[in-house]
Amino acid sequence: MSAWLLMLPAVLLMAAGFLYPVALLARISLNRTNDMGAMEPAHSLETLGRLVEDEFTWELAWNTATLAASSALMATALALPVALLIRGAAPRWRGLLSLMAVAPLLVSGTARIVGWMAILGDRGLINAVLAGLGLAEEPLRLINNWTGVRIGLVESLMPYACLVLIAGLGRLDARLEEAAATLGATRFRTFLRVTLPLAAPALLAAFLLTFVLGVSAFVTPRLMGGGRVFVVATEIFDLALETVDWPAAAAMAMLLLGALAAAMLLRGLLGRRAA
Amino acid sequence: MRPGILLRLFAALGYTLLLSPVVVVAAISFSAGDFLTFPPPGFSLRWYQQLFSSGELMAALRNSAVLAVVVAVVALLVGAPASYAIARLEFPGRDALAGLLAAPLLLPTLVLGLALLLALQPLRLAATWPGLVLAHSMVAIPFATRIMTTAFTAVPRDLEEAAWTLGATPLRAALRVTLPIAAPGAVAAGALCFLVSFDETVISLFLVGPRLSTLPVEMFRYAENRTDPLVAALAMALIFVALAVVLLVERLVGFQRALGRE
Repeated sequence: MSAWLLMLPAVLLMAAGFLYPVALLARISLNRTNDMGAMEPAHSLETLGRLVEDEFTWELAWNTATLAASSALMATALALPVALLIRGAAPRWRGLLSLMAVAPLLVSGTARIVGWMAILGDRGLINAVLAGLGLAEEPLRLINNWTGVRIGLVESLMPYACLVLIAGLGRLDARLEEAAATLGATRFRTFLRVTLPLAAPALLAAFLLTFVLGVSAFVTPRLMGGGRVFVVATEIFDLALETVDWPAAAAMAMLLLGALAAAMLLRGLLGRRAA
Repeated sequence: MRPGILLRLFAALGYTLLLSPVVVVAAISFSAGDFLTFPPPGFSLRWYQQLFSSGELMAALRNSAVLAVVVAVVALLVGAPASYAIARLEFPGRDALAGLLAAPLLLPTLVLGLALLLALQPLRLAATWPGLVLAHSMVAIPFATRIMTTAFTAVPRDLEEAAWTLGATPLRAALRVTLPIAAPGAVAAGALCFLVSFDETVISLFLVGPRLSTLPVEMFRYAENRTDPLVAALAMALIFVALAVVLLVERLVGFQRALGRE
């Protein structure tokens, strides 16, 4: 009784700010938009069906999935040496190295993208270096396109991959690698045949987490894409605030949630098999 | 096994990618040039001057700070009792309710922002203080309850039971014994809630209006439309505030204690 009283304020706030809005989102996805562009109450799958039949939706889904998959793969691959370095470092360096790996999480995503604009832009660091070396007549176009979005997304996903890998690799038994070295395996062979297979579950977990985060990323595709890169997240934003087609925005959001739920389910199944 | 040279090389590449944007933002905020040119043509404080003399941005900074304080207070006020119940009491539905208090983090902020817009707009609560506080509380409460539950769990039960034996009511024992011991956790939870709200961009994008905007939203819009170093100075302002909060927590309680590890 008193326990429920203690929970009540938090639960009421959650009901008002989370449960009700999400229920309303699901409800509005069943509404219709009439020819005048106004929302009409309905109980139909018409809006959802229109989206599913539209080729643009599938193009967005494909763009989003490939962007998230490639970025998550790169982020995981680049986080692996970082996590391995931290694991092998002397204890007094470990804290600092771990902090440096997750430090970007303390800095807002928009701020880091401004940094990328200064590095990758037409007058940025990389183009300045290329021009100085006489390697490029024209500046390389590294922002306002998919390349820029991918670079920005890899960087924003890396701290999460590092977190998962630092935790996952810390539990591996280092004696197995030492045994391989004692038995005459080279460093590379030890890495390939001992470390990598042992790290596989952690790598998979890091990939799936960063994939899910990449699928719903909005700030990076919007800002690094310069309005020329379209993914599911930017489309939901535009439908809600530019076109003001609420049923379509809600239906698109429901499709995204469905896809994410499927990915999480897959993660659960794979996780159980790995355990 | 000590890391080999190849591993060090790849790790250095990883760290470069992780840290270069932050370093570059810091450098370019002191640029004397008119664009996001790197290396900057010279150094000056002109963009900081411009930032501090911009009424719009200063208003947004003030809004963000006030909002973050209010959100932290709200999250602690509703989160602390709930965490106490989760950590200390047995009751039906405990796990489900604890799950509910963590649930908003499972949703992409983009979807949560859209849902809040659809719910708050018809009630005329979009672009209002109550609307923004409610919205930010949804992402702050999960952190507040997680940290406070850990803090309350770490307080030995014996102390509370001793207070009962000495005649204190359960409420008095909780307020006078358990809460003070868990206070470092509350400070850490409050600071984290402040930072979560102060940096929140995506949900706010759905809910701000011409009269009420936050600093991350203004920074997002600025980065979308213009490319001068003012946005870097703005980014540094956000980083300075975050650092100040982190240092304050360190001074007040120390990280190890705040996170419940002595």
